[in-house]
Amino acid sequence: MNIHEYQGKMLLRAAGVPVLEGVHCTTVDEALNAYDSLGSKVVAVKSQIHAGGRGKGTVFNPETKDIVMEGGVKIAFSKDEVNTYATNILGNLLVTIQTGEEGKIVNNLYIEAGCDIAHEYYLALLVDRDTKSVLIMASTEGGMDIEEVAEHTPELIHKVVVDANIGILGFQKRDLGMALGLSGAALKSFGKMLSSMYTMFCAEDCAMVEINPLVRTGADEMVALDAKVSFDENAEFRHKNWDDLRDISEEEDTEIRAKETGLSYVKLDGNIGCLVNGAGLAMATMDVIKLYGGEPANFLDVGGGANEEQVKTAFSIILEDPNVKGILVNIFGGIMRCDIIARGVIAATEALSLQVPLVVRLAGTNVDEGKAILAASTLNIHPADDLAEGAQKIVALIGGGQ
Amino acid sequence: MAIWIEEDAKVLVQGITGKQGMFHADKMVEYGTDIVGGCTPGKGGQTVDLQGKPYPVWHSMTEAITATDADATVIYVPPPFAAEAIMEAADAFDTIKGEGVIVCITEGIPTLDMVKAVAYVDNRPGVRLIGPNCPGIITPGATGGAKIGIMPGHIHAKGRIGIVSKSGTLTYEAVAQTMSIDEGQSTCVGIGGDPVNGTGFIECLAAFEHDPQTEAIIMIGEIGGNAEQEAAAWAAENVTKPIVGFVAGATAPPGKRMGHAGAIISGGKGTAEEKFEAFREAGIACAMDPSELGKVLLESLKTAGLR
Repeated sequence: MNIHEYQGKMLLRAAGVPVLEGVHCTTVDEALNAYDSLGSKVVAVKSQIHAGGRGKGTVFNPETKDIVMEGGVKIAFSKDEVNTYATNILGNLLVTIQTGEEGKIVNNLYIEAGCDIAHEYYLALLVDRDTKSVLIMASTEGGMDIEEVAEHTPELIHKVVVDANIGILGFQKRDLGMALGLSGAALKSFGKMLSSMYTMFCAEDCAMVEINPLVRTGADEMVALDAKVSFDENAEFRHKNWDDLRDISEEEDTEIRAKETGLSYVKLDGNIGCLVNGAGLAMATMDVIKLYGGEPANFLDVGGGANEEQVKTAFSIILEDPNVKGILVNIFGGIMRCDIIARGVIAATEALSLQVPLVVRLAGTNVDEGKAILAASTLNIHPADDLAEGAQKIVALIGGGQ
Repeated sequence: MAIWIEEDAKVLVQGITGKQGMFHADKMVEYGTDIVGGCTPGKGGQTVDLQGKPYPVWHSMTEAITATDADATVIYVPPPFAAEAIMEAADAFDTIKGEGVIVCITEGIPTLDMVKAVAYVDNRPGVRLIGPNCPGIITPGATGGAKIGIMPGHIHAKGRIGIVSKSGTLTYEAVAQTMSIDEGQSTCVGIGGDPVNGTGFIECLAAFEHDPQTEAIIMIGEIGGNAEQEAAAWAAENVTKPIVGFVAGATAPPGKRMGHAGAIISGGKGTAEEKFEAFREAGIACAMDPSELGKVLLESLKTAGLR
C-alpha cells in the first residue's frame, strides 16, 4: 500500500527525521494561505500522486487533453506563481514515466518551504529478498533514477544489511555516512536520521522508505526532501491508522472490492476473463491464453477455499470489464472440490445471465462429479481437460486474438 | 529415501484445535501421515478427534516434542501469531533434538515478522523452515506416505521425480503432469510465494541431487526477485540430474502484485522472460505451458537414458 509524500513526511517528522515545513492543500485558496503561513519566499508546489517522476511529468487538461504545463513539481518565487501552479495542477491530469499514458488526476498538493541545498543524496530502506533482511541503500547520486545508477555506476551505491534481531549498529551508520563523504555535523545528523528511520520502518511495517533526494543543507543538516513510503499490506491488521492514510482514488475500484471478498484481482488490457484458484496457476493461465494467441483481461485468484458466493462475485467482477468477450475458468481442486466449483459456476452464469462464451477446465478433487454437473446443465458451457485445451477453446470461441 | 521428510515421519500440528488446523490434520491422517498430536497454547491436555481417533494436544512445542520425539511440525496458526509459532518450534527442535522440519502453511504473515523468524531459524542450523504461504511438503509412500500440508494427497504416487515450486496449484499441475507420463514423485516441496521465506530453490535442488530416489527434477518459479536465476546458475554447476522448468507470469504487468506477496516485477527486474532465459542458459528444459511439463519431462528422461 502506497501513501502520498505529505503523509510519508508526517510519519517521518513524528519519528524525528528532519523534513521541511509544509502544508497539504486540496484547493488553490488553501495553497495561497499555505504560502503566507510558511513565511518562505521560495516554496515548492508539489503534485501528490502515487507515482514517481512527478517533476519531469506533464500536466494535461483531462477533457481536451491539451498540455497545461510541463512539470508536476514547480518552484514558486511569489504568491502569484503559487496561484498559477496550483491552478494549473489541481483537478488536472499528471502524466509521468510511472503513471502510463492515462496519467492520474491530481487532487492533492503539498506546499513546502524552500531550503538551502549543498548536496543531494539518495537513501532507501527496504526488505531485501536476497539477504532476507532490512537493507539500507545510499548513494551520492541524489535526485537520479536509482535503477540507472545501479546499472551504470553500481560502485556509487553503498549498502548496509541490518540484523533483524540486533538492529542498526553505530559502525554501520558511520560506514554508510563516510561512504557518502559526510563528516562532522552532517555525519552526526545522518546517523541520527538513520536510527529514526529504521525505528519508523519497523514500527510502521514499511515495505519501503525512499528518500530521493536526501539533502545536506548549507548548515550541514541532513533533510528528507522527498519521501516515498509504502506499507506491507500483510501487517494491516495491526495498523488501524492505515485506513486514514489510504487514498481510495489511487486504487482500482474493482481491485478493492475483490479484496474485500477475499479474491485477488488485477485488471489487464485483453478480452479473455480468467477465474482460477491459486496465484501461480492464475498467472500461468494468463500466460497460456497469450501463448495460444489470445489476450487475458485479468488476473483473478479465488483462493484455496472459495464458496459459491465468491465464485459469483468473481464472475460479476470479470463481467464489469466491457472488453471481456469470453471467460476461461481453470480450477485444480485441492481443498476446493470440483463439484462445488461446478455448482458455483452454474449458479453464477444463471444469476448473471451470462452472454459470453465460457470454457471450464476442472482437475483434482471430485473432478468426475464436477464434470458431470456441468455436462448435465443446459447452459452453454464448454468443458476442457487441460489448460492448453481450455485456452485454445476460448481463443477459438471468441474468434481468435484481438 | 526422499528429501527431508521420510514416509514415516512423525508430525505435529501447531494450531490443531483451529478450524483450518483440524480440517487439514484430519486429511493428513486420512492420507497416512503419522500425526502424533498437536500444540495450541492454553489447550494442553485436550484431545482432538481425527478420522475417529483421539490425538493429544500440548500447551507448548517443548512439551509436544519431548513427549512424541516428532520429526516435523506443520503450522496453521493465523498470521498475527505465525512467526512466533515458527520461532517456538525452532527453539524446541533445536534444544531437544538439535534438528527438525517446520512447515508453515499460513498466508499473510507480515514481512518484518518473517525477517525476524528466518534470522532466528538460521541461528539454529539443524532446523529447516519450509514456507510460509505454501502448500507444504509431501513424500508419497508405496502405501500412504507423509503429506505435511494442504495438497490433495490422492493425486500423488511414489516415484522418482522431485518437484519444487513457489506456487501451490501449479505444483498440483506438475504432479498431474508427471502422472500423465506414468512417473511418480520422490518429494514435492512448495517453498511459497512470499518475499522472505525459509528453504529456497537451491537447497531443494541440492537435496534432490543427493537423494538416490530422485532421478529428475521439476522446478516451477514465478515473477519477482531473482531466486530462479540464482538457482539456475547454481544448478548448471552442481546438478547432474535432468531439470524441467516453468515460470509463471510472462503476461503479468510491471509493478502489480499478482496474488503472492512476492510476485511482483519491480524496476523492470524479476520478469518471467529473464528467468526462462536463465533456465535455458543453465541447460534446464523449459515448458512454455504447464500442460506440456509431462511432454518435456518425458523427452528429458529419454535424453538422459532414463526411459
